[in-house]
This record gives sequence, C-alpha cells and structure tokens, in this order.
Amino acid sequence: MSEKFVVGYDGSDVAKRALDFAVARAEAQGGSILIVHVLEWSPYSFLTPEEIEERHARRTEELERAEKALMAPLKATIEAAGVPVETQIKYGHVAKTLCEVAKKEGATQMVIGRDGDGGLSSRVFGSVAGSLVQVAPVPCTIVP
Amino acid sequence: MTRLFPTAVLAVLFTMSAAVTASAQSIDETINSIFASSTGWFVNLIFSNFPGTSFPWIVGWLVVAATVFTVYFGVIQFRAFGHAIALVKGDYSDPNDAGEVSHFQALATALSGTVGLGNIAGVAVAIGIGGPGATFWMILAGLLGMASKFTECTLGVKYRNEYANGTVSGGPMYYLTKGFAERGMPGGKFLAVMFSIFCILGALGGGNMFQANQAHAQLTNVFGDYPGFITGLIFAAIVFAVIVGGLKSIARVTEKVVPFMGIIYVGTALIIIAMNYDKIGWAIGQIFAGAFTGLGVAGGLVGALIQGFRRAAFSNEAGVGSAAIAHSAVRTKEPITEGFVSLLEPLIDTVVVCTMTALVIIITGQLISDPNTGLYVLNEAGTAIRTVGDNSGVALTSAAFSSSIGGFKYILALAVILFAFSTMISWSYYGLKAWTYLFGEGKAQELTFKSIFCVFVVIGASASLGPVIDFSDAAIFAMAVVNIIGLYVLMPIVKRELNSYWSRLKSGEIKKFT
Repeated sequence: MSEKFVVGYDGSDVAKRALDFAVARAEAQGGSILIVHVLEWSPYSFLTPEEIEERHARRTEELERAEKALMAPLKATIEAAGVPVETQIKYGHVAKTLCEVAKKEGATQMVIGRDGDGGLSSRVFGSVAGSLVQVAPVPCTIVP
Repeated sequence: MTRLFPTAVLAVLFTMSAAVTASAQSIDETINSIFASSTGWFVNLIFSNFPGTSFPWIVGWLVVAATVFTVYFGVIQFRAFGHAIALVKGDYSDPNDAGEVSHFQALATALSGTVGLGNIAGVAVAIGIGGPGATFWMILAGLLGMASKFTECTLGVKYRNEYANGTVSGGPMYYLTKGFAERGMPGGKFLAVMFSIFCILGALGGGNMFQANQAHAQLTNVFGDYPGFITGLIFAAIVFAVIVGGLKSIARVTEKVVPFMGIIYVGTALIIIAMNYDKIGWAIGQIFAGAFTGLGVAGGLVGALIQGFRRAAFSNEAGVGSAAIAHSAVRTKEPITEGFVSLLEPLIDTVVVCTMTALVIIITGQLISDPNTGLYVLNEAGTAIRTVGDNSGVALTSAAFSSSIGGFKYILALAVILFAFSTMISWSYYGLKAWTYLFGEGKAQELTFKSIFCVFVVIGASASLGPVIDFSDAAIFAMAVVNIIGLYVLMPIVKRELNSYWSRLKSGEIKKFT
C-alpha cells in the first residue's frame, strides 16, 4: 500500500520545511501528498451583526485567497516533481481538523512543522504540534 | 480621524463640564421637556386603552398573537425545544459549512441585542409598579413569546435578500414585501415601509435612549449625581467610533465580554437567592398571590398583568420583528431551523434572566408592604410601590443586589454599561437596515442614520426615565403592530415549512452529522 502523507500547511517557513520533508519521503517511497490548510475557526465565537451579515462573503474571499496564494503554486511545483498531490482548505480547530482529514482520507502519516520558540500563549494553551502528538490517529512527524 | 475623534471629544467635554456645571441641570431639563412634549401624542396613541377599560390594546395585541401562534403551531416551544438545543450544539451542521455563521453565533448575537437593560432595569420598573405578581405574567408572556419569535425568525431567513457579493439582508421589511406578493396579498410594500419607520423609531428609543438613560442612572448611582448629557456625549463618542469609524475592536471586545457578564449576573442572582433560601417559598407565594389578587399594587391585578406583559415584550422583543433581522444571516438550507433556534431567545432572556432580577428584588425585601394587611404601600402619587430608599428602575435592581452583596453595584454598573452598549450596537444595525430599506443603500444614507443615532444617545442620557421609557415602549410596540399583521398573513407558509421539515426529521431524512 502506498504511503499517503497529510501535511499541515500555513505558508510559514517551518510549514515549508515540513512539506519539503514530506515530499522527499513521498518521492522516495512512491507515496502521495495531501496538503491541508486549516483556517482557525470556532462555531462558538461571538460576532457583531455586521460580521454576521458579511460572513459568507468573507469566507468565500478567504477560501479564494488561500487557494490562489498558497495552494495553487505549491500544487504546481510538487506535481512538476512527479509526486501526486491534493490540497484541502478547511475551517476549524487546527489539530482536530488535521486529525479528521487524516482519518477520512486514509492517510498513513502526518507531517507538520513547529517553530520551536514556544511563547507564553503556547505554554498556556498548548501548540498544534503538542496537541497532535497526543491525539494524532496515525504516526506523526514533527519537523523542526 | 477615528483616532483623533475620541480625544477631541474628551477635550471638549472637560472644558464644557467646567464651564457649564451651573447651568447643566437646566440643559437636561430643557431636553427633557422638549422631548416629552414632542412624543406625547405618539405614546398616547399606542398605549390607549380598549374603550371602557384600563387595558392597553397593544398589550392585548401582543399576547393574543403569541397565543395564536402557540396554538397554531401546536405548542412548538415545547415540542421543538430539544431539537433547538441540538441545532445550537451543531449536531445538524454540515462540517463542510464550517466557517459560515453557525446557529450558535446567530443566537448569541441576537441575544446580545435583547439581553440588555430591559432585563435589569425594565424588570425593576415592572416590579416597582406592578408588584411581584408582574413576574408571573412576565414569565407567561416569555413562554408564549417563544412562538412569536419562532414564526418571525423562520420568515426572516426564508425571505432574506442574498446579494451577489455574498452579503445578506433580512427582516420583516423583506418578508412583508416578498411574502405578501407570494400569497397574492396587497399592502405588503405599505406595511414594510411602516415597519421600517417604526423600526427606526424603536432603534432610537428602546435600542438607544432607554439604554443611555439607564446607563447614566447607574453611573450616577455609583459616582454621585452629574448632568446626563456628559454620559450621553461619552457614550455617543464611543458608539460613533464603532459604527461610523469602524472601530471593530471595541465591538468585538463587547461581544465577547457581554456573555460573561450575563453569566456573572445570573450567577450572582442565584447566589443571593441561595443566601435567602428560607424566603424562596414566600417569594414564589408573593408572585402567585400578586398575579391574581394584585396585593394592593397600583392598578391591582390588571396593573400587575399589564406591567408584566409590557416589560416581557420590551425585553425579549418577541413579535416585534427585530430578531428576524438579527437571525436572518445564518447559513442554513432550512429556514425553519433558525426559527427553532430563535425560540430559545425569549426563554433565556425572559424566563431565566428577567426572573432572576425579579426574584432578587422580591427576596431582598426592597418593596415596602404594610405588616398588618400584607398589602404593598404605594408612594404619595399612587403610581408605584414604595421601596427602601425610594429607588426605581436600575437603581432598584442595584439596591437589591447590593443589599446582599455589598459592592456589587460596581459590577452591576459595568454590566449595565456593557449591556447598554451591546444593545445599542445591535439596534443601530436594525435601525440602519430599516433606514437603507427606505432610502436605499449607500455610504451617505448610512452616515446620516448613524449620526442621528448618536445624537439620540445624548438626548436619552439627558431626559428623565418617564418620557424615555414611554417613547421607547411605544416605538417598539408600533413595530409589533405592523409585524404581527404580517405574521398572521404568512403563518400558513411557516406551517408548511414546519410540517415538511418535521416529517423529514421523523423519517430520518434529516440526519445528525455527528
């Protein structure tokens, strides 16, 4: 069975390193890549009436922007390298959403980056990498 | 510009307050008398009694409507209650729609518009005039009002306008025009215009002046007496910065803090009730006894009933049509689901929060009764019950809370300001929707309305409670006159949606996603 790598990607330098790592492995093993970009979102947050009115329009914009600026160029470069690649853009809690996608798509590995300079907020609330270590449904590689 | 504005206003304020302290009271008085004399006729029209009785027709209008909807939809408020909770929890939300407005968000935003001073000050007004018995009628009106809310919010979503750029506009204006046209009924456009006019007045009255007025009352209660127009100007400056200057950060902070203030408020009320657990039975007894005998309050039994119904309607806005504007932007394929969710609103607002305020006022013994007869003692004018320290409105609630937990008045002052502010932001939006419906979309039209809105903040803070509360009620109830006519005409459409949805839910065609 060929390997399927789910890569959490947000456009940062560490995310790029994680993606490079995954692409190199996939190329060597004949696996495929699924890049997932998660936009942080909670259905229980509070919005003003104006924000509610514009929400659908904003969401459409956000999806388009993410597709155009982040996903499309990546897809082109990775495909050029001969590795099969898919992309998904999701809304939700980052770690939880990555796990859901990994389960649903039958991924065999997950790869994400971490920036390593755990500030106060990540000490208090935990980081995406920290949460994934605890809840990932498949083996998870964290690229520094 | 937005950065400079608040600083400039503060500077002006300092000079003004120094220069005009002597004449300040008279500025307030002038504003008050002009306001009272120019709105009197409108108030009298809305609150005129049924011929030969002392029962205002408008109160009957609201209660009859709520009862009709309750019967017509087969006690939907209890039948659909569990399903409403499941919808808010997101059990039926498609995960692929994540990032859109959820049922929870629509409900939370609508609630922050309704949970306001009606729950803190309005209830105190009702109890102060109508006695403990008003609580009973208030709760009953809240329970019945759930059906009105269900009807109007379903229609709000069903007939909303969705524009090419992805934004949505909904509310009674749209269902009155489109819904009437669909049923082949004339007059939809006329009703929509009437509704918009009243909605603008309601936004300026209950959604603005009453809030500014009671926020000022609470501030003077804490900091000592000072002229109302100063509070008004500060509030107006902040509201201006948010709605005109686009200072979203203030609005966002408020939206986040308001729910927690609500929880603190209800939590504190529960603690006070628990501290006086030995009086709970007595208080409930007073509520029931007062509901059916009046216990000697102004206007007797009918007085208690009118006050209860009036304040419930003012607080939860069921049948008024404002909620239909707030709920209409939710993302759902089934308009009726938002109707189910919205019926939780009067429950939380009136049956929970308002009842807490009422119980605290009754249990802490703020109302003075004659120990010999057990009847309440009226003030000299015979218009309200005498209270410890002669308080009314928000000051009465504040005294009741502070008598058990000293210093709570500071927390209450903060809650009042935040509730007032969030209600103003919501109502500025409702008013704006009505305004642009009448005058067309556009930056200039929006700026005109927003400026008028800010001016009324100052008037509201300066005028005295009586005229402000009368005008606020009158304007909000005038919205209900038009809206409920529309609801009667359109309720078969809601029934059709309900039957179709309910049978699909029972047959398992509509499934949970979790």
